[in-house]
Amino acid sequence: MIRVVLPAHLRTLARVDGEVQIDVPDGASPGSVLDALEDRFPVLRGAIRDHVTLKRRAYVRFFACERDISHDPPDAPLPDAVASGSEPFFIIGAMSGG
Amino acid sequence: MSKVRVLAGTRKGAFILSADGKRENWTVSGPFFGGWEIYHVKGSPANPNRLWASQTSAWFGQQIQRSDDGGKTWEASGNKFVYDGIPGTHQWYDGTPHPWEFARVWHIEPSLDDPDTIYAGVEDAALFKSTDGGANWSELSSLRTHTTGASWQPGAGGMCLHTILIDPKDPKRMFVAISAAGAFRTTDGGDTWQPINKGLRSAQIPDQDAEVGHCVHRLAMHRTRPDVLYMQKHWDVMRTNDGGDVWHEVSGNLPTDFGFCIDVHAHEPETIYVVPIKSDSEHYPLDGKLRVYRSRSGGNEWEELSKGLPQSNCYVNVLRDAMAVDSLDECGVYFGTTGGQVYVSADAGDSWKAIAHDLPAVLSVEVQTLP
Repeated sequence: MIRVVLPAHLRTLARVDGEVQIDVPDGASPGSVLDALEDRFPVLRGAIRDHVTLKRRAYVRFFACERDISHDPPDAPLPDAVASGSEPFFIIGAMSGG
Repeated sequence: MSKVRVLAGTRKGAFILSADGKRENWTVSGPFFGGWEIYHVKGSPANPNRLWASQTSAWFGQQIQRSDDGGKTWEASGNKFVYDGIPGTHQWYDGTPHPWEFARVWHIEPSLDDPDTIYAGVEDAALFKSTDGGANWSELSSLRTHTTGASWQPGAGGMCLHTILIDPKDPKRMFVAISAAGAFRTTDGGDTWQPINKGLRSAQIPDQDAEVGHCVHRLAMHRTRPDVLYMQKHWDVMRTNDGGDVWHEVSGNLPTDFGFCIDVHAHEPETIYVVPIKSDSEHYPLDGKLRVYRSRSGGNEWEELSKGLPQSNCYVNVLRDAMAVDSLDECGVYFGTTGGQVYVSADAGDSWKAIAHDLPAVLSVEVQTLP
């Protein structure tokens, strides 16, 4: 079980409060977490990464265990603490005014 | 008694403003999709309780929201807008090739007779269609792949397809407009497209007779006369009597012919409305006075309409999709401003009243006339 923290606008879109808990097959990676997240919440398709290329949207970042993992390969293993559910996988929207 | 429902898209959400046919007492609901940019909200003529909203964000991309109960509840529908084939390039601002990239849906145009068929005009400019109630979208790609496509350039607001008009007498005949490529017409439901920009004059482009490259801000049509189109161009108000074959200028005595929006009275095909804006470098009304101008002769002769509108220190803009008319016997005219006001005239423009004063910047205004 992976804990995922979504930014406020995506929580509204997915109609969830607080953290989301999703099951991911062995060898959790950013890509497999997003696959599972989008399977459970199809409305999030296209909101975090491109529909076709699966490239992360420019103003979205991924954090795990206090580290920015946005530029890690999509199939890079997540830290054990995230894979075990003791730490969440953060999806962050860039800070901006306006 | 008939009712009206005004659908306002703003920089920070959608709002629905409702009144009875007197249009005096209004209720405001919203914001829907708070914090998101709502470029456009529009109802289906075939099923007025079906509404569509373009919900967009630089952070989180594009959503298309659908309501089947007049805006009380909403469900996200399909949001996969993928260009057909390898999209290639258009011109960037500096004239260099730039890849076609989907940014957002500017305008949603529901079919006149089928609630499950919808068109979407997007940035970078292309036209998409759904025939399954918004679940899936496919590009009508012969527009973007027109021989002129590689030479299209964005306007300051992006290279957007912002206007879609469907001929009520022949739904396969449609008109679209793109900033800053110009206007285009199809007579076969989007299989082929023809640029219709003859007669337009734009000082900003080197070749005055160029087939494309004109910054068309908005087109308008009266449902009974689909060959007569009106255009607010970057500068100039234009008119065609032959479905776009040739345009001629009808700016006449307007104090400035720069502007964004244009619309036609519901029952008088020769009565049209614009909101003159000072210039392309000063996007606000002349002299701080917000004034609508009306022509009852299809252009050239214009009268100022200012009763009820601010006549000092007003420096808002009225964007291209932010004017609409209802179809009550006494035609109502509506527009929204970048200052967050939505104005209504229940007497065809003679006098105005603010329905809302303090919404986020208004991007679009549509109105539904309901039984």
